[in-house]
Order: sequence, then C-alpha cells, then structure tokens
Amino acid sequence: MNNLITIFISMAIINNFIVARFLGLCPFFGVSKKLRNALSMGGAVTFVMLIASVATWVITNYILIPLDVLYMRIVVYILVIATLVQIVELTIKRTNLALYNAFGIYLPLITTNCAILGITLINFRESYSFIESIAAALGGGIGFAFILTVMSGIREKLELADCPRVMKGLPIAIFVAMLLGLTFFGFGGIV
Amino acid sequence: MSRFRKELSKGLVVSNPIFILFLGLCPALAVSTSVDNALGMTAGVLFVLVGANIIIAAIRKIVPNMVRIPVFIVVISTFVTVVSLVFQAYVPALYAALGIYLPLITVNCIILARAEAFASKNTIFNSIGDAIGMGLGFGGALIIISFFREILGTGSISIFGTHLLTLPVLGEHPMAMLALPPGAFLVIGLLLALFRRMGVVRSE
Repeated sequence: MNNLITIFISMAIINNFIVARFLGLCPFFGVSKKLRNALSMGGAVTFVMLIASVATWVITNYILIPLDVLYMRIVVYILVIATLVQIVELTIKRTNLALYNAFGIYLPLITTNCAILGITLINFRESYSFIESIAAALGGGIGFAFILTVMSGIREKLELADCPRVMKGLPIAIFVAMLLGLTFFGFGGIV
Repeated sequence: MSRFRKELSKGLVVSNPIFILFLGLCPALAVSTSVDNALGMTAGVLFVLVGANIIIAAIRKIVPNMVRIPVFIVVISTFVTVVSLVFQAYVPALYAALGIYLPLITVNCIILARAEAFASKNTIFNSIGDAIGMGLGFGGALIIISFFREILGTGSISIFGTHLLTLPVLGEHPMAMLALPPGAFLVIGLLLALFRRMGVVRSE
C-alpha cells in the first residue's frame, strides 16, 4: 500500500507530467486559457490514461511477452491508444451526451497527446504491476489536470496584466510554467 | 529543383517547427539538457521524418481518405521502432539518456503534421525536401536551446566526450537551475521573446 502511495505522489507531484517531464505540452498551452476547458481536458486525459494503462498492461503481459515480440511495443501501444480513444468516444456519445459535450474536441485529440503514450511507456520501463500501473496512471492524470487547472486560473488573470509586447501570449505563459515547475521542484524531498 | 530548395529552406526559419509553429515542444524541452542529447534527438527525428514522408508520399494515392490517419501513425511508429532499435544497438549511452523521449517521437506533432499537411499531397521528391528542412529546423532550435542550457547550467560544454570550453566563473559555480526542468522553460521563453524582439517571429 505504501508503495502505491509513493508511486501516486511521485507521478502527481514530483515527476509531474507537465512541469517535470514535459509531456502533453501542446494541450497544456493550447487549452489552459479557460478554466472550464482545462477541467474537461484534465478529466478526459486522466480517464484515457487509466484505461490505456490497463489495456497496455494486459496486452504486454499476455500477448507481447508470451509471443516474444516486445520490440513491436511502440506500434502496438499507439494503435491500442488510437482504438481505445475511438471506442470511448463512441460509448460516451451513446450513453452520456452531456459528458460527451463537456469533453468536446479534446477527446479525439488525446490520441496524439504524448502524456498517454508516455504513461504506457513509463509503466513498461518501470515494470509496474497491474495495480501499480493504475496508481501511476491516476497520479499522472490527476497531476496533469491539477497543473492545467492552476495554469488556466493564472492565465485568466494574466490576460488583464500589462506586460511587454514581445512577452504577450506564449512567452509569458512559458514563464508561468517555469515558476510552477520551480515550485513543484521543491516537493522533491517528500518521497 | 528550385521547388525542392524552397521546401527545404522554409522549415529552417520561416516556418520553424519550434519557434514559429510551436510543434514538438515536449522533446525540445525534455532532451535539451546537453548538446549531445540534442544532436541524438535531431538524428532520430530527421530519420523518422524523411522515412515517413517518403512512404506516405509514395502511398498517398492508394490510401483511402477515411483511414489515412491510422495508416500514417503505423508508418511513423514503424520508423520510430527502427530508430530505437538502432540506437539501442549502436549508441546505448545515448539511448539511455533519451529514455522514453525516443519512442515518444511517434507522437511528436511535427511528424504527423508534415505527413498530413505536406507528404499526403505532394510528390516524393518535394516531400524529402520538406522533411529535411523541418528536421533541420527542429534540430537547429534544439541545439540553440541545449547550448544555452549546457553552457550556463554546467559551466562548460563538450560534444561526444570532446571537451570544448569552460567558462571562467561559471565553471566553478554553474547555474544548475538551467539544467533542471524549470530551466528549459526559462531558456525557451527568453529565446522566443528575443526572436520576437528581433522581428524574426511575429508578436501576437
């Protein structure tokens, strides 16, 4: 149990997907302008990370390892993720239209989000067990959603701030990300 | 031939993937801790870009429109598998240093974007020019970022084991923060603002 908590905290805070591992930066800078969008994106990413981790763990251990074709894992993982995203999109559309509308465009875009392929590759590299992969995926997803939410709150205020013309938009957002990264770096000692 | 040269040159400055299109930021920030890593990543991305663009331009008339994105992804991830096996066999130190960012070339937005926006509509020859230009533009940006991070973050610079230069004061007291993840954001943010100030990149 302790082990699971360590993995969760390390994924969510210390090795945060955005500010420490730089995974999923495109949606981070693209979506973090509005608080509502940030929450939808964070929820969608956490959910897909979780099911992708479960699916790739099962495939790695029951198909790739017995057949001894581990070198095919990159091709297999990305196909699994693309298929899962399609299935999830169709299922949500059929069963819960409100949730589908909340996710909006972000669900299909997740296929090419490096955070998703990233979590499956990290699970493989660290050879996490089934339960550990779930803890890692939850930690990674929640950490991602958390930073996205914090960032969107800051950026809503930043719109009104008076900053040099050359800094407006992306450069100032990158500096905010740097400050968040420095803050999170301070958590390094807890695990 | 002039068309080829045009496609090749546009990726270097006018539509530089990192500083102008903001594509592929994740690897640019993650592996730019040293110039060695940046060069290794550039080699990997360049190979995958050229290979994927050639194949996709060659099969562009056969692939049905509906399934083109999955097809592109399979082509790209196959080339990434080739690169990661080659790196693992011949440059194991670099393979270890790049870590998960090497297989993550698969989801590097630059490659899928070039496949979709260029290679699926143009001839093989022009697609090669486009791929080389974009790859070198990505590599150039990566090398600039990693140069500042390595020389300021460690106080000295060396390429593939050959020591090139040590700064007088920084050599003893390096600004270690630049070699850490937040330093990557600082360097790329400052460079972007500088390029806007110089007028290379348009401000918002």
